[in-house]
Amino acid sequence: MTLAPPPSSRVQLTEDGKLRHFLSVEHLSRSLLEEILDTAASFVDVGDRAIKKVPLLRGKTVVNLFFESSTRTRSTFELAAKRLSADVLNLDIAKSATSKGETLLDTLRNLEAMAADMFVVRHQDSGAPFFIAEQVTPRVAVINAGDGRHAHPTQAMLDMYTIRHYKGGFAGLKVAVVGDILHSRVARSQAHALNILGAEEVRFIGPKTLLPRDVEALGVTVFTDMIQGLKDVDVVIMLRLQKERMDSALLPSEGEFYRLYGLNNDKLRHARPDAIVMHPGPINRGVEIASEVADGPRSVILNQVTFGIAVRMAVMSMAISGQESAHGQPQGDLDGR
Amino acid sequence: MAGKAHLLIRKGRVIDPASGRDEIADLLIDEGRLVRIGASLDAPGAEIIEAEGHWVLPGLVDACVHLSLPGSGRTGDIASESRAAAAGGITHLAAQPDCGPVDSAAVVRLIREQAGHAGFARVLPIAAMTQGLQGTQLAEMFTLARAGCIAVGQAGAKVADALILKRCLEYAATFDLPVMFRPQDAALAAGGCAHDGPVAARLGLPGIPAVAESVDLARDLLLVEATGVRAHFQQISSRESLHLLREARRRGLPVSADVSIHHLLLDEDALEGFNSHCHVIPPLRGSADRQALLAAVADGTIDAICSQHQPVGSSSKAAPFPATRPGISGLDTLLPLVLKLVSDGDLPLARALDAVTAAPARCLGIQAGQLETGRPASLCVLDAGATRAMASHWLSAGRNSPWLDATLPGIVKLTLCHGRLSWRGGD
Repeated sequence: MTLAPPPSSRVQLTEDGKLRHFLSVEHLSRSLLEEILDTAASFVDVGDRAIKKVPLLRGKTVVNLFFESSTRTRSTFELAAKRLSADVLNLDIAKSATSKGETLLDTLRNLEAMAADMFVVRHQDSGAPFFIAEQVTPRVAVINAGDGRHAHPTQAMLDMYTIRHYKGGFAGLKVAVVGDILHSRVARSQAHALNILGAEEVRFIGPKTLLPRDVEALGVTVFTDMIQGLKDVDVVIMLRLQKERMDSALLPSEGEFYRLYGLNNDKLRHARPDAIVMHPGPINRGVEIASEVADGPRSVILNQVTFGIAVRMAVMSMAISGQESAHGQPQGDLDGR
Repeated sequence: MAGKAHLLIRKGRVIDPASGRDEIADLLIDEGRLVRIGASLDAPGAEIIEAEGHWVLPGLVDACVHLSLPGSGRTGDIASESRAAAAGGITHLAAQPDCGPVDSAAVVRLIREQAGHAGFARVLPIAAMTQGLQGTQLAEMFTLARAGCIAVGQAGAKVADALILKRCLEYAATFDLPVMFRPQDAALAAGGCAHDGPVAARLGLPGIPAVAESVDLARDLLLVEATGVRAHFQQISSRESLHLLREARRRGLPVSADVSIHHLLLDEDALEGFNSHCHVIPPLRGSADRQALLAAVADGTIDAICSQHQPVGSSSKAAPFPATRPGISGLDTLLPLVLKLVSDGDLPLARALDAVTAAPARCLGIQAGQLETGRPASLCVLDAGATRAMASHWLSAGRNSPWLDATLPGIVKLTLCHGRLSWRGGD
């Protein structure tokens, strides 16, 4: 029975196992994730050079397709593409076509005509980048820059880079992810990445209103008590709490959330003494994290941003090279499909 | 439209779940009526249909079909969809009230007229219980029943106010009209597109918890008990609901229930890869739910299996999963998938066929779904052993089905609907 569509790995990889889209960390191999991290390592110092560019994507067009606005993520992708010498087009679709009633499919067909080589996609619906990669643009590399609650694989990989940088590796590590798990594509991608890379334990910590039902399916241990959950962990990842969660009766108040799940030095004591603190940003001081922690010696939040550009450069260059190997060299191949 | 049939169907395996008949026999149809079932019948002048090696079944009764009048936003029309039904051996379709909405006698007449003109199946409209399906004012249920509606219901629309719902049921009970319920609490289901379980958790799809169904079902059952109305519950999807239905039957409430064929064959795993053809409401649930639903069909807690046919245009499915329109086009596959359930060993043959013939007719309170002599013949002749690729024989205007690319058993050779030939397949 040919009922099941291909698993995400088949969509994302070429026949010989190279990355051609980066949609989700799930189902990717450990060696591929390590390749991403190693490639990123080679790009980290590009930002320190006088000429901050490498020519890997020269002549390529990268289109940032943001159906949901996000200045920060879009900027880091833009910077990453420019450091790879690509031409970059930013399309803030949240404010344009689809709000005028054009369907996603129509929008994409219009963009295809621009002969783009890569779409960096942020979309409010889970699965949107899969739809784009499968249905619309088989020869355009698609990078998921966050889809609904589903995945944010480049954020997860920059977090993995950060963890590897500070902890040397993943073996034996206990990692806690704290806060609004329910709405978090970051938490889902982190759980997959940590499990694939061999972390000892991934913990999700939050109140039951912010934990998806059956979330253990992600290979995590669930804690509702933050002190218990933080015990002996090596890495604490705090998630951003959106203010609208209070309006939809998921939480009574920011104050009570902070009391229970906000990270301060007092709670951080329960983690290992050398534990690092991470946050995908932007942080809400006094909501999920105290300034004493965010600005404290254990915080690596700002370094995450630096690594983020390198990781995005790695993923973009790998996907373009995967597309080229799948479809032959792009020269003389101007039909856009 | 074809004239009244004069046929002798010879040596088929005649299976009539209502009477328990399962034997090789001939059937004689004269002037459209089923005159005799017996061995070695003779009928000079009748067209001979050689059915040796084939099955002869009562025409299927589909208790849950979403058809469309112009403007409903669905694809296909009554003619295209009832033709797909006839080709699938289905002779009676209960059309959900969101077709129009079915809240005036004029709409009922329009549906009956279009169905009659097409001549492929008996389309039995279910009336809207409230005006415009808005859930606020009673529809003219008596007038609608007189115009030809067999029951009242709300399709997917809810009557949120318990007082209004109670009055709807009391009014329907006044005329002994059966009420079709589709339990799902609107607030608990709001924004959801997948079963709130491990697959939705992983894929980050907003969930519809099983309790959204059982909470609503519990309320409905209490109001059914309080008003004494005859109730049929449609599209049951969760284990918890089955406990409530069993308990209601133990207390002697006049309730029946159906399940869609898709929920008996598929579970949440089918959503892997964001397959929008598996986006359906209620959502495909866990494998334990699926097993419990199969057991409930086997033991009769669930009476009927329906297609839950919802033809949706391809552009409505070409989008990210949560943005797609829910629904599976089900008429082409109802009978093949029932045969698949039997060949997979999930249901015994007699019960499986009963669940798509006599049982739904009982739920709907109509005389159909059995091979009764003296009445206009509704039946189909089926090559149950043959298989075929569904895509190349698909007739519904909605090609939105996870089974479109599948090869499934069962080819209908001939369908008679109310004494007239409604389908004749090539060989």
